[in-house]
Amino acid sequence: MNTVKVKINGMEIECASNATVLEAAKIAGIEIPTLCYLKEINAIGACRICMVEVKGARTLVTACVYPVTDGMEVFTNTPKVREARRMTLELILSNHRKDCLTCVRNLNCELQKLAIDFGVDGLRFADDNLQAAVESSSVCLTRDNSKCVLCRRCTAVCKQNQDVAVIGPNNRGFATHIGSPFERDLGEMACVGCGQCIVSCPTGALTERDDTATVYEALADETKHVVAIVAPAVRIALGECFGMPIGTNVEGKMVAALRRLGFNEVFDVLVGADITVMEEGAELIGRLQSGENLPIITSCSPGWVSYCEQYYPEFLPNLSTCKSPQQMTGALLKVYYAKKIGVDPKNLVVVSVMPCTAKKEEIRRDHQQAVPGVNDVDVVITTRELGRMISNAGLLFQSLPDEDFDPAFGISTGAGYIFGTSGGVMEAALRTVVEKVTGKPLEKVEFHELRGTQGIKEAEYVLDGTTVKVAVVSGLKNTAALLERVKAGEQFHAIEVMGCPGGCVTGGGQPIQSGFTTNFNDLRAMRGSALHKGAVETRPVQKSHESPLVLEIYKDVIGEPGGENAHHWLHTEYKQRPKYPGFVSEK
Amino acid sequence: MPNKKTSVPFTGTAEQEAKLKAVIEAQKGQVGATMPVMQAAQEIYGYLPEEVQIMIAEGLDIPLTEVYGIASFYSQFTMNPKGKINIAVCMGTACYVRGAGDILDDISQKVCCKSGEITDDGKISVEATRCIGACGLAPVLTINDDVYGKLNRGEIEPVIDRYIEEEAKGKA
Ligand code: SF4
Ligand code: SF4
Ligand code: SF4
Ligand code: FES
Repeated sequence: MNTVKVKINGMEIECASNATVLEAAKIAGIEIPTLCYLKEINAIGACRICMVEVKGARTLVTACVYPVTDGMEVFTNTPKVREARRMTLELILSNHRKDCLTCVRNLNCELQKLAIDFGVDGLRFADDNLQAAVESSSVCLTRDNSKCVLCRRCTAVCKQNQDVAVIGPNNRGFATHIGSPFERDLGEMACVGCGQCIVSCPTGALTERDDTATVYEALADETKHVVAIVAPAVRIALGECFGMPIGTNVEGKMVAALRRLGFNEVFDVLVGADITVMEEGAELIGRLQSGENLPIITSCSPGWVSYCEQYYPEFLPNLSTCKSPQQMTGALLKVYYAKKIGVDPKNLVVVSVMPCTAKKEEIRRDHQQAVPGVNDVDVVITTRELGRMISNAGLLFQSLPDEDFDPAFGISTGAGYIFGTSGGVMEAALRTVVEKVTGKPLEKVEFHELRGTQGIKEAEYVLDGTTVKVAVVSGLKNTAALLERVKAGEQFHAIEVMGCPGGCVTGGGQPIQSGFTTNFNDLRAMRGSALHKGAVETRPVQKSHESPLVLEIYKDVIGEPGGENAHHWLHTEYKQRPKYPGFVSEK
Repeated sequence: MPNKKTSVPFTGTAEQEAKLKAVIEAQKGQVGATMPVMQAAQEIYGYLPEEVQIMIAEGLDIPLTEVYGIASFYSQFTMNPKGKINIAVCMGTACYVRGAGDILDDISQKVCCKSGEITDDGKISVEATRCIGACGLAPVLTINDDVYGKLNRGEIEPVIDRYIEEEAKGKA
């Protein structure tokens, strides 16, 4: 690696020759404030919050995009720099609806942090007449442009990571705003609801649709039996809502908190994940034998399923017909558990806690009712919404005891555990499929080549003499690239797709880490490895088909994987949806 | 802003579509193809309704968001067709200093349609144009092909009424 020497505030450091001033300053232990910059996604030098002085340069430069040169001298904290940054910030604030007191991003807002750090005198450009501009047509997310700073991080993520691009900057000058073509509501667009725009937004302009009121209502209703089901990725991220370090596993405290919020039982979506392995494994083996609809493509990620229906309908026959682990868990609770405890399925309210905003749409899909007329899952709240409910209830999260899931749907495996990170579903499935096909126990359960944070991972395995080629992909842009290869004739047998880059651990419903953090830390790796660690440290069984609970449920109620009951309760259907819904020229 | 979505139905012909497709074919794959294609499309159709913008997006394989973003950014693009009665007020310097701004406001108010837009019935459109080279007549405007100059506030309304009456008669 070529390096250069640079002086930051008089301190000499060595850094890569292609580094930016921002990166060089970080090496010198200085955090230059940023707002529009997101590493590898949005480097447009637009907001000018990151201005610094460079010796010899005529004007201040933007550190996030300005490259270092050998011998460069940078000053990050001169009166001129401070004044210019403050002026820029005050201009942004003058057009911002500053209702921090009631804002969901209060205390976790990049704009607010800058205002505090800069010691801004908010009165200079006060504008108290700004009205809220709430657009809430989507069932997954809500936008309020009166809190938008036009950093364009959301539009960059939607286009470059997700290949969806349903939002962009419209108009110009003072009228510039983020919106969809022809000022359509987001709910009318082919948005996949992934929420990646939310977790990239520095302010409260984008938030998940808040469904906590529905949960509180159910909890207060004496006629309802309310259970919580929790996705794998929630337990390694929820702690961040309470200031705990990234990657802290708070499974036990999370269960304790849910119980104290008043849920009758707290269950684990890992059980649904284990059952997904059984169903999808059987489906894969069947398709390998018949040679039909290969490659099989996973269907756990509703953002991906939406994307497939709207942008790549030619792959719908390849999608696994399996419902997602969330829906399988809900379905079994309604058809089986309700009866077992003598509760009318209509009065069993299943509240799902998810790292995902697209799950809010998934529960509303067709063919998601194992009991006719009763939705498999009733409400979805994100990790963030659960965090707010816990704070709201006055629970001191960090001092809660560690408690276990209720056993009826709470005993699970390390295979289900890793569903929450890219590569996990494929690895869990292979642990079962390989043993079923070869009839021999695996020597080791880790499939290291499927782990890690790369966007596309590929591997080949020889199963009973046949070579099986698999790919693991996360992020819809990467997915599109892989699907184009398949269309061009490349052969795969199985593909795992997660809509969000990195998988559920970095889903659109997870706690939001600021750009200051994500620009210099690998969030996907930190959370993903926490999941792998939790799987081996907390679960004695690492293969779904060896889970005592799974075996019991199949024996007592489902019968055979892929059998008649499974077909009715655990599988679903897909249909092509328009790419330009609501537009007149849609054919 | 000049770009409220029109509610006038799209009436593009197969010929126009073939022309646009040819332009797209010629430009496809080239860097910076979007602007020239959009300009050509505006020449072919006179404006850029969503049907046309979708054709461009699909043809060039770019997001509709991008096409709309450009269309709404540059004032050279309009997303509204011209009405049967098109009123174009000159906003050149000479006209402007002689009160063209007020006249445009009056007209917008009278016909209930802002500059760059068209009335819901598709009859009247209003636009602000650059200097049309008739500064001696400032402030000046055109209604379809007729030029009206040296206008004072209040004088143009009766003229517009006449066009509306004639248009109604023509139909009857
Ligand atoms: S977005 Fe940030 S600055 Fe704006 S109201 Fe919310 S917390 Fe305050
Ligand atoms: S939810 Fe996903 S698809 Fe929808 S606007 Fe946000 S990033 Fe784009
Ligand atoms: S919505 Fe958020 S991410 Fe998007 S431009 Fe506005 S402030 Fe930036
Ligand atoms: S210009 Fe550098 S962070 Fe916005």
